[in-house]
Amino acid sequence: MQKYSVFSLIKNAFSDHQNWEVAWKDPTPKSEYDVVIIGGGGHGLATAYYLAKEHKITNVAVIEKGWIGGGNVGRNTTIIRSNFMYDANARFNEFGMDLWRNLSQELNFNVMFSPRGIINLAHSDAQMNAYARRGNSMRLNGIDAKLLNRDEVKKLIPMADFSDEVRFPIFGGLMQPSAGTARHDGVAWGYARQADSMGVDIIQHCEVEGFDVEGGKIKGVRTSKGVIKAKKVGLCVAGSTNILAEKLNMTLPIETHLLQACVSEPVKPVLDGVVTFGAGHFYISQSDKGEMVMGGDLDGYNSYAQRGNLPTIQHVLTGGLALFPFLSRLKMLRTWGGIMDMSMDGSPIIDKTHIEGLYLNCGWCYGGFKSTPVSGWTFAHTIAQDRLHELNADLTLNRFSNGYLLDEKGLGTKTWIS
Amino acid sequence: MLHINCPFCGLRAQKEFAYGGDATVKRPEINREVSKEEWDNFVYMRKSPRGKHIELWHHISGCRQWFKVQRDTATHEIFKTAKMSEEIV
Repeated sequence: MQKYSVFSLIKNAFSDHQNWEVAWKDPTPKSEYDVVIIGGGGHGLATAYYLAKEHKITNVAVIEKGWIGGGNVGRNTTIIRSNFMYDANARFNEFGMDLWRNLSQELNFNVMFSPRGIINLAHSDAQMNAYARRGNSMRLNGIDAKLLNRDEVKKLIPMADFSDEVRFPIFGGLMQPSAGTARHDGVAWGYARQADSMGVDIIQHCEVEGFDVEGGKIKGVRTSKGVIKAKKVGLCVAGSTNILAEKLNMTLPIETHLLQACVSEPVKPVLDGVVTFGAGHFYISQSDKGEMVMGGDLDGYNSYAQRGNLPTIQHVLTGGLALFPFLSRLKMLRTWGGIMDMSMDGSPIIDKTHIEGLYLNCGWCYGGFKSTPVSGWTFAHTIAQDRLHELNADLTLNRFSNGYLLDEKGLGTKTWIS
Repeated sequence: MLHINCPFCGLRAQKEFAYGGDATVKRPEINREVSKEEWDNFVYMRKSPRGKHIELWHHISGCRQWFKVQRDTATHEIFKTAKMSEEIV
């Protein structure tokens, strides 16, 4: 594989950039693989990469219905954080933060990881107390957390509304300075390129039509490009999890919902890091191009549409305007939607299933992007070793019936309620 | 914006309604032994189909009645609405 560097950039400039190697090949599927990963998004490609790198399993195919990186890894608001309260979620995502810090070097692909911090704003004394508790829990797990008072928040985001007239005055906030953003497409492409170079077949425009299961064991998948035999199959299909589960006669603790995001026209740097509004569901950051990247509530009803409705965007931006009045002067550049695999406690599932050789990676709700590296890392371990790693030991499918829920936000089973 | 035909008030804008989830989930009968699996199915397990879906909506800014809606989860087309006592087949 051709290494990307300033030297290769200069060298290729002499040939008008016409002679770059393709970043990944476009192979026709073989008849059999050791492992087939369904879903060529961030998690699927990361899983294939870590299978090859950490476990030396290279007879792997990633099959994708559309094109790689066209689903949620290309639709999210790129936020990376590990500000979780529960041990299982905190340990899992903090391990992921370590992977993020070295990802550009490891993949030889600039994923533009930019740890500029995240601030969760508080608008009442009670909320400050809750954040103090969460911050302390984070620090016990070795995650950086800083409780900010009103003046400290004002120094960091002076353009927020600190006047006396606001309905939800800012009392302070909880900051994770090591959180940040990354170039989301770059993450998918970087993993794809490295996985491909180690022998993984990335097969696009290949839809799964069914599964071959015999005697409780997975034998292969039936696809639009023919039958592909596999010793092991991993599902990384986020919003399509319920559709594939139906083909397997499985019912899962997951509902599929729609989430929208939007960006404004680009403006000069005004906001450093990520800010979340504490009195409504709204989060915002500024991209390297200068666009304000914003998101908030789910549309709130089961959906596979990948496109949203205007009332939700209006509702989300009402919260945005309450926090940052300057947004009213900006034009909206575009809005889009993605479909979310909402688990019943808001935490993910990375587990084996009752079918031997079939592994499940789902339930990411609207927070899958930040976990892309650690999800791939632990899922690869789970598939290769046929057992859970201690990092995903609590992210099981049977935690619902056993009562060991990871209900981080205390929302109960209706995690889609706004 | 969805336009939902409330069985009591007629066609109204989506903003007047709140969503209540899958309407086909049945609570296990009480006054008998209920297995762990039955509770599990009732509380957590969802089909969440792509296509026709029967679901609960609440006319929260209107008559405040709960009712059933049959809607396509891929196109958002609404086929039928019915009172809670009625079945959608």
